[in-house]
Amino acid sequence: MSEVASSYSLAELMVVAASRVFDNEGEVLATGIGLLPRLAASLAMSTTNPDLMMTDSQSFLLSKPNPVSGMKSHAGQANETWLGFRAVFDNVWSGKRHAMVGPSQIDRFGQANISALGGTYQQPKVQLLGVRGFPGNSISHGNSFFVPKHSTRVFVEGECDVVGSIGYNPDRLPKGYSLDDIDVRTVITDLCVMDFNGPNHQMRIVSLHPGVTEQEVRDNTGFELAVVDNLGVTPAPTVEQLAIIAELDPMNARAKQLKDNPPGERRG
Amino acid sequence: MNKLQTAAEAIASIKSGMTIGIGGWGPRRKPMALVRELMRSDVTDLTVVAYGGADVGMLCASGKVKKVIFAFVSLDFMPLEPGFRVARQSGAIEVLEIDEGMMLQGLRAASWRIPFIPTNVGLGTDVVARNPELKVIDSPYDDKEWVAMPALNMDVALIHATRCDVRGVCEIASPDVYMDDLFARAAKHTIVSCDEVVPTEHFADPAVARSVFWERCHTQSVVHIPGGAHPSSSDPLYGFDVKHFKAYGEAVGAGEFDAYVDAHVRGKTEQDYQAAVGGLEAIKALPLPAY
Repeated sequence: MSEVASSYSLAELMVVAASRVFDNEGEVLATGIGLLPRLAASLAMSTTNPDLMMTDSQSFLLSKPNPVSGMKSHAGQANETWLGFRAVFDNVWSGKRHAMVGPSQIDRFGQANISALGGTYQQPKVQLLGVRGFPGNSISHGNSFFVPKHSTRVFVEGECDVVGSIGYNPDRLPKGYSLDDIDVRTVITDLCVMDFNGPNHQMRIVSLHPGVTEQEVRDNTGFELAVVDNLGVTPAPTVEQLAIIAELDPMNARAKQLKDNPPGERRG
Repeated sequence: MNKLQTAAEAIASIKSGMTIGIGGWGPRRKPMALVRELMRSDVTDLTVVAYGGADVGMLCASGKVKKVIFAFVSLDFMPLEPGFRVARQSGAIEVLEIDEGMMLQGLRAASWRIPFIPTNVGLGTDVVARNPELKVIDSPYDDKEWVAMPALNMDVALIHATRCDVRGVCEIASPDVYMDDLFARAAKHTIVSCDEVVPTEHFADPAVARSVFWERCHTQSVVHIPGGAHPSSSDPLYGFDVKHFKAYGEAVGAGEFDAYVDAHVRGKTEQDYQAAVGGLEAIKALPLPAY
């Protein structure tokens, strides 16, 4: 066991927390959308789960994850399998995947939205990306969420404005399905780690980041949360983990992902 | 058979009200010269099917589009495509918003000449709840319900290939074909622009023949436009033009898309366009993106 780091950023704490979702996944495609989730998957593949599969974000599966910053070309990377955009769907539908995505909204059912905000479906106030692959991902394999700024704007009171992924909403459950067929996993935010293992798949606080209170999490969430027994603090990165993160992100792009790059230890 | 045409000749086959598919993905290998030719035409009321980027955004901003069938419209490094956003937020277009993989299934169904493909993708989401044209059906084999993803039948497909011969054998030398072969098979009429025209013997090399993903019977028109994917990429020949996309985005953001069209499209030839963006050599020097 490497010693715990005495100093680390919030981004690094979140990366380490996020990497844990891939620890016991075995041989699945780990897809982290966005720099910090990708760094989390890369860290897991480099440490706890070398059986993970990751792509070059383009067309190939790699035997060793590419760095998330400082790449000038794809030449010389550790290609092992062609996995173009369409082949990813074959993998998605086979279930051998765990995706970590960053939605604009999440509701109490674990339904998520990256499509549009406000207005009507015909004329949204803010058009975002579109549902992309959320519907297919959410019905096919495990999905976790990464939220850089925990607020009631993201964790919304009602349902998401556009429900892009299936969650634990009994009213939307397809015929022949049970809620246990749905597999929404972990939520990593800048305040805490949560899952959906509360009563009736209620979203549940699993650990609080150092210096964060349970009330702070509740104040920034638009719905009621369950909480684990013996609520603890999110484990700090180890010296070894920080060294591997630095190797995977040589340009320190992680420092630019959260506003003002706050420290991970916010006590005192 | 010689299928070589000019962009204007090829685009003349597209009529108002048609459904057109556009190959490529986001900012990658889009037949943008053909899109510009379409912007110059008087065609309107198009239904566009695409893994959308500036092709969809520019056609929307030009008032050519009645409906978009999409899973996303994005330039990736610029997540939100400006022309599409404005069109959506002004309520100017109808949409059928589907999952990325459902689009593949719709293209596949059309290419196989079957009416739908059953899938679980979309269940429990607004893709099904808000789009009554997507039907949910019972399976004859189990007790679950399934989405019947309808065939995305198209009048015309526009695709950008790396190299073609005059008979319409098309090489995609990029690492990814995306769904271009399915667009070609799903459409009644396929127009392919290409960076290079090569003799048929070029394809005698087995490695090259493995980069051909659909048969020439599915290509009706070949348009030779070196640099014709600009400002999108045509990997391995050139990357996408970040600076140009940003300038386009700023123009749309400032309500000056018309000025962009005046500077680059309206009344201009493709040669004028390329001269305005620095020339073909500058296009070919655009670096490939690395992630």
